[in-house]
Amino acid sequence: MNTSNAARLGLILLLAPLLVWLLALVILPHIDMLLISLRERVAPQVYERSFANYAEFFTEPLYWRTFARTAIMSISATALTLLIAFPVSYYIAKMLRGRLKGFLFLLCLVPFWVSELVRTFGWMILLRESGVISNVLQWTGLADGPVEMLYNDATIMVGLVYTSMLFMVVPLVTTLDSLEDSLVEAGYDLGGNGLTVLRTIIIPHAMPGIVSGCIVVFMLTLGNYLTPILLGGKSSMWFTAQIYTQFITRFNWELGAAFGFLLLALSSAIVWTGLKLSRQTLSESMG
Amino acid sequence: MDLAKNNKSFDLECRDLRCNFGSFVAVDNVSFGVPEGDFFSILGPSGCGKTTILRMMAGFLEPTSGDILIKGKSVLNVPPNKRPVNMVFQHLALFPMMNVAENIAYGLIRQGVNKSDVSAKVNSALERIGLPGSGEKNIKQLSGGQQQRVAIARCLVLEPAALLLDEPLGALDLKLREHMKVELKKMQSQFDTTFVYITHDQSEALVMSNHVAVMNEGRFEQIGTPQDLYYNPNTAFVAGFVGESNRWHGRVDEVDATGIRVSTAEGVSFLAVPAGKERLAVGDAVDIFVRPESVVIAHDETRAHEMDNRLSGNVISVLFNGANSRALVREGRSGGELDVALPQTGEFSNLAVGQKVFLGWDQAQAKAFACPSGNNQGQGT
Ligand SMILES: Nc1ncnc2c1ncn2[C@@H]1O[C@H](COP(=O)(O)OP(=O)(O)OP(=O)(O)O)[C@@H](O)[C@H]1O
Ligand SMILES: [Mg+2]
Repeated sequence: MNTSNAARLGLILLLAPLLVWLLALVILPHIDMLLISLRERVAPQVYERSFANYAEFFTEPLYWRTFARTAIMSISATALTLLIAFPVSYYIAKMLRGRLKGFLFLLCLVPFWVSELVRTFGWMILLRESGVISNVLQWTGLADGPVEMLYNDATIMVGLVYTSMLFMVVPLVTTLDSLEDSLVEAGYDLGGNGLTVLRTIIIPHAMPGIVSGCIVVFMLTLGNYLTPILLGGKSSMWFTAQIYTQFITRFNWELGAAFGFLLLALSSAIVWTGLKLSRQTLSESMG
Repeated sequence: MDLAKNNKSFDLECRDLRCNFGSFVAVDNVSFGVPEGDFFSILGPSGCGKTTILRMMAGFLEPTSGDILIKGKSVLNVPPNKRPVNMVFQHLALFPMMNVAENIAYGLIRQGVNKSDVSAKVNSALERIGLPGSGEKNIKQLSGGQQQRVAIARCLVLEPAALLLDEPLGALDLKLREHMKVELKKMQSQFDTTFVYITHDQSEALVMSNHVAVMNEGRFEQIGTPQDLYYNPNTAFVAGFVGESNRWHGRVDEVDATGIRVSTAEGVSFLAVPAGKERLAVGDAVDIFVRPESVVIAHDETRAHEMDNRLSGNVISVLFNGANSRALVREGRSGGELDVALPQTGEFSNLAVGQKVFLGWDQAQAKAFACPSGNNQGQGT
């Protein structure tokens, strides 16, 4: 009795800071945001409860188109990141041994030693009209005049994939590392070819890593602000930029808060669908 | 018998197989053939290159030189998934993402067997390994021995030319290991397949095999039946590795038609015979091996009297183990220890520590091997 009481007290004490943090920084602001999003300004300083902000989102095409575009771009960026990161991770985890393995893994980390802002400016220096690549193309005679490579969707995609790579590689390397070589060998020994071994053994084993990597990358991409704005400019049409505009430029906190909640709902819905489609559970992939 | 000669059709054959890792020679010119339906074991200490041979046969490792033939055809350029041999891995390598039935079905599906045949074959395999109705179970729900049987059945349903087993009993506890030895032999006759079995445990090799190859430092020391290896070892390594032996080191004093006389550094003199193809001359350094069960033990001197070699000593410990009971005797003159098997008559049931006993053995039971380095001294098991 006594010991279980003591254990419970210990648990409460350990959890207390976490609960305070959750309450103060996550739950309270969100409740406030929810309340803000549910009111409408009828006259200066006079507010009424209404769903007008949410209604505006659905009636104004620009808003929901930006919304849909952001979702689709984020899903594509996540898929692209997975496609690129998987072979890289497999190579690091299974083909390399010893020091080279640690070195390459570290190499994936290096870009994250500088801030996202600096990294993105790096891309801009390379890709802008008067940038390195444009100059090289002109110098080699492959292009007649300056080439602008910024401010299009492909560039945004490159930036997003680049920013997300590490968050995909880390969970993938970790799960692939725990795949025993003998399982892969047994897969071949019993008559499987490269594709069947990948499909029936390697991917099912790596599934928790794939799912957690995808969730993290998707969330980061959807909520990314800097990369789409800097690399895509005005044409980026990113939903977080829309939220920023409402809060800061328009000073329309009500609409901004509503957008924030829509983004939350969207990301939760997409993650839930993804988990259902891949028949994984959140606890499995995060555990 | 010489299994390396290609005068008979072998299921599996290796010719002058060699494998180098950099400058290290892991497998050194190994040649052997495994007849159809044979239980062939490769026995050797850890690190001698057993797994390396098996991985070359399965196709995971390319030989530096030499040839591997399955059913008479070279498979050097055949990838592992196309070779008609299957491997049971040291830690089984059952697929944890599949259930028992899916594990067994994996290879069948890859062979393009149609669905209804697959499930029929899987069920019959489960039946034969004594796990009917366990198809839906998760791999982790099976005991060690059951997992073992699934791993073997998974290969045997594919009807391979040969099944390669890499120390499959290594991970099991002693009791289960004893049981699985019998089980494995039974499965082999049930599925009627050639087995190539790797182990560092001599009792596994001796109990189950028709033929055993003893391997040391990348080479085959001897290939033969278990009886052959036990009673007629060709090299000192085989004599020491297969079964227990008492061992002395000495020099040849005399050579005659019946054998040799050897004296040890402690001044004890023995009659022995050159083992296998050994040619010994006076002055050669030799190792003498005597099996514990070849040594006759007696309470009084007369019993051991007619033996060619005689010693006396005091019992320093009695290791009672039913039919395999032993006594450790300290020899009076040299102070060396001898391992002696106790007869099962019960005559020595009250043998006490410190008691004086007389020992003797025939000249033919003492096998002498030339010892090239000459610095290998002492005695023991
Ligand atoms: N990939 C490799 N690179 C370098 N050396 C290797 C490699 N694989 C094995 N070896 C060496 O080859 C030798 C034989 O290895 P092998 O795995 O065949 O031994 P084994 O007889 O199976 O031993 P055990 O009974 O411990 O499994 C060992 O000394 C090992 O260090
Ligand atoms: Mg091995």
